[in-house]
This record gives sequence, C-alpha cells and structure tokens, in this order.
Amino acid sequence: MIVAEPKPVKEILEMVQDSKKVLTIGCKGCVTVCNVGGAKEVGVLASTIRIARKKLGIPIEVDEFLLERQCDPEYIDEVKEIIGQYDSVISIACGVGPQFLSERYPETRIFPGVNTQFMGGAVEHGVWSERCAGCGQCVIHLFGGVCPIARCSKSLLNGPCGGSDHGKCEISKDVDCVWDIIVRKMMEQDRMDELLEFKPPKSWTTARDGGPRKMIREELVK
Amino acid sequence: MKKVLPENVKVIQVPCTGRIEILHLLKPFEEGADGVYVAGCQGDSCQYMEGISKASKRVAHVKKVLQEIDIDPERIEVFELSASRGGRFVDVAYEMTERLEALGPIL
Repeated sequence: MIVAEPKPVKEILEMVQDSKKVLTIGCKGCVTVCNVGGAKEVGVLASTIRIARKKLGIPIEVDEFLLERQCDPEYIDEVKEIIGQYDSVISIACGVGPQFLSERYPETRIFPGVNTQFMGGAVEHGVWSERCAGCGQCVIHLFGGVCPIARCSKSLLNGPCGGSDHGKCEISKDVDCVWDIIVRKMMEQDRMDELLEFKPPKSWTTARDGGPRKMIREELVK
Repeated sequence: MKKVLPENVKVIQVPCTGRIEILHLLKPFEEGADGVYVAGCQGDSCQYMEGISKASKRVAHVKKVLQEIDIDPERIEVFELSASRGGRFVDVAYEMTERLEALGPIL
C-alpha cells in the first residue's frame, strides 16, 4: 500500500485560515488501511479543525466526505454536486488524491492533509516499513525475494557497503542492512553462486530517473 | 455519607475504555466541554487485557493534538481505578474539575 502520515494540524490550519467552509475528503484505499485517511481520520481532522477555530473565535464549517478511491476519475466525480459550496477542500489521500481533485475541479482550492511517505506494508500493528521503490523493473527474485533498491540506503545492487555493521546500516541502528539479510537468505537457500553471476548495470530509465511515468494497457483502453 | 459527583461532570458509560476512540475524546471539546477524562480499570485487572492501555495511548495522542492547537493538554486525562473503590471514582471527578477550574474556560 501507499503509506502516509498526517500533516501537522498547524500546517493544515494555516492552509485553511481564510476559509469559512471546508470539505474534508478521505479515501477508502491505502490511506484507510494505514489509518491516516479513512472515515475515522476524516472525522478526527474535521473535529480538530472545528475545535481549533472555535478557540480562535473564528468558527468554521467543516463537512466530511469519504470516497471509494481518489485515484479514479469516476469516484472523484461523486463530489461534483457539492464541491462548489466550499471555499477549500482538504484531501487526506496520498499525493494522487489532491492532484486528481485539482485536475477535475480546477476552480476549487485543494489542500493535501497528509504527507505521503512510501510504498510498503505493516510489519506490526501501527508500524509500516518501505518495501518497494517503484523502479519499474522488478529484480526481487535475484536477491532472495528482498529488494535492495527500496531497502538499502544506497540502493546498492552489488553487495553491502562498508557501512554494514553487525546486520545494521550505518545510517541508524534501527535500520537493517538489507545486504546482510540478502546474503544470509541466499546462503540458507544455497544460492550464493547466483549473487556472483555477472549482470549488466540496471537501467534506471524505467524508474523516476526516466521522468514522469505513464502506463498504457491497450487491452483496457476504450 | 455517600459521596456524589460534581454536577458539571457528565458521565458517558462505555462497556470498556478500550472502546473509546480518538473522536469520542475530541467531540466533547467541540461541543464546549472544558475537559475530558477517562476513568477506567487498573491495567492489571482489565477483563479485556488491554482496554485501559489502549485508552491511555489514545488519551496521550489527544494530548498531542490539543497541544498542537494551543489547548492545554492537562484538559484531558486518564485515571486507572479499582472497581471496588467507588469513592475514588468521585475523587478523580473532583480532581479533574478542580484542575479545569484552575485552567479556566478554553475560550
């Protein structure tokens, strides 16, 4: 899933300081799963804004809405009848949501309510960890099912650097050295010889380095 | 003599403090309350194992939220009480109302 975290409330309050009527829109997709942009979080953000503005003596009307997803135009369309009533909209979806809303409703001021972090999963309740960097050409199978691009601080593809220390990365004792994990796994599977095979340099043109990406699936295009 | 709760305390009963969500703690502030407190069981006697510890974490979160919007985090608290000591339930009510009186109204 795409993992995000809430923006500081102060930042959001500054964004809507001139607004009198705001719509907060959540998303039932990834941000619901990582507890940052679902129905509950829409309610909490709306309530927090109301309390803060009431304290300032500048009451605000904050309405709440939840979309199935904010990354599909058909769902974005669901607010077309009401969005014109608001001075501004806070989207608490990943960075895709506020952009899709801005593109569909160019007249409306759209603000992001979360900081999108990474693609990852829940390693325990309340803890998420990065697993994919979206490089566009998956090579996980070459490294024992572990991605060195997303999980090595330097995205090294040819072994650990000198900063690997007792299984930890030099950037933090809380960060595993993924190359330590990869080597251990390949040894366990008796596949160390595969790591020694020559492989040409990875092409990064399929990653962000190649510019903004677009995918067209001809069999699906109408 | 039987102790009674202060008149300005509104009691909302829940089956377990673990059921209390962040929005439940914020709504009273939105509706004009000067403070909120959770009176739950003691951590070592929770029938559902972690009800009060969940509530404590949520109260701690709301304290941070209040701080962010310049409201004194002391306006929300969690108390662990023994079910057999009803007197303490009343005592914490007075403790909290006295604290809020000292802080004054939010607005």
